[in-house]
Amino acid sequence: MRFCRALFVAVLLMTAPAAYAAQPQPTVDEFLPMEEVPAEEQIPAINLVAAAYGFVWVVVVGYVWSLGRRLQKAEAEIADLERRAR
Amino acid sequence: MSRLNQIELALAGLMLAAAPWVINAAPYESTMGLVQKIFYFHMPSAWLFLIAAIVSGVASAIFLFGKKKNADGWALAAAELAVVFGIITLVTGPLWARKAWGIWWVWDARLTSSLILWMIFVAYLLLRRYGGPGSDKLGAGMALFGLANVPFIFVSVNVWRTLHPQTSVVPTLPVQMGGPLWFCVFAFLLLFLALLSMRARLERHRMRIEDLYLAEDEA
Repeated sequence: MRFCRALFVAVLLMTAPAAYAAQPQPTVDEFLPMEEVPAEEQIPAINLVAAAYGFVWVVVVGYVWSLGRRLQKAEAEIADLERRAR
Repeated sequence: MSRLNQIELALAGLMLAAAPWVINAAPYESTMGLVQKIFYFHMPSAWLFLIAAIVSGVASAIFLFGKKKNADGWALAAAELAVVFGIITLVTGPLWARKAWGIWWVWDARLTSSLILWMIFVAYLLLRRYGGPGSDKLGAGMALFGLANVPFIFVSVNVWRTLHPQTSVVPTLPVQMGGPLWFCVFAFLLLFLALLSMRARLERHRMRIEDLYLAEDEA
């Protein structure tokens, strides 16, 4: 039992420096002002604005198309069922 | 599709197509420049995301406590729109943030609670699609949770420290920026009303189909 405890402490002492070294180093990249970001890492604003506007159109057109298709299908099914009921 | 829905959709489409010119006429915001123009799509869609959640929650409450079957159709229609306008909000926001904050996303109260609200309504739709019998009542309970989240999202920017602009921004906008913003709000609102009405009609059609199948089985 004593041997196990000693082995455990030894392993802990040996791995502690490695664990410390593996810790992520403090970074300053998260909230760096955009003017300080290198030009090659910056995304032009026009690309972001165009992507946002394009995304709105894709979602809206896609949803209107899907809704229109589902409505048409439901109306056709109702017409079919009513014809069968007569 | 009714005549009114066609007119609403056509008008909203024309307004959204004209929006870049209207937005271009607005002055640049002094610190963010061009990327701030995303605000004119992001904010109306965020408002409609919350309005859709409120409509779904209130209709669910009417369905659960007032036993009105029609209200469930409106709740489902509004929940689908909450997911549609929610995804627009959650995608346009990070596109703006990447340039303005230098980061796509932060786990602050506003962004996180908005994501949770969106996930509640995605879960609601999945439950309604695959939940089987009784999923309407379970879904109504989920929509009430979504409704409870709305005031929290709205005040989060004023209560907790966040990078997101506060709710006091819109009332203090100069007229040159307020005009294009209200133009976009009106276009999105027209679109929302048309889509809500169309989606609720689809739900009425589905109820009619169920009734017709039941009548056919009984005959």
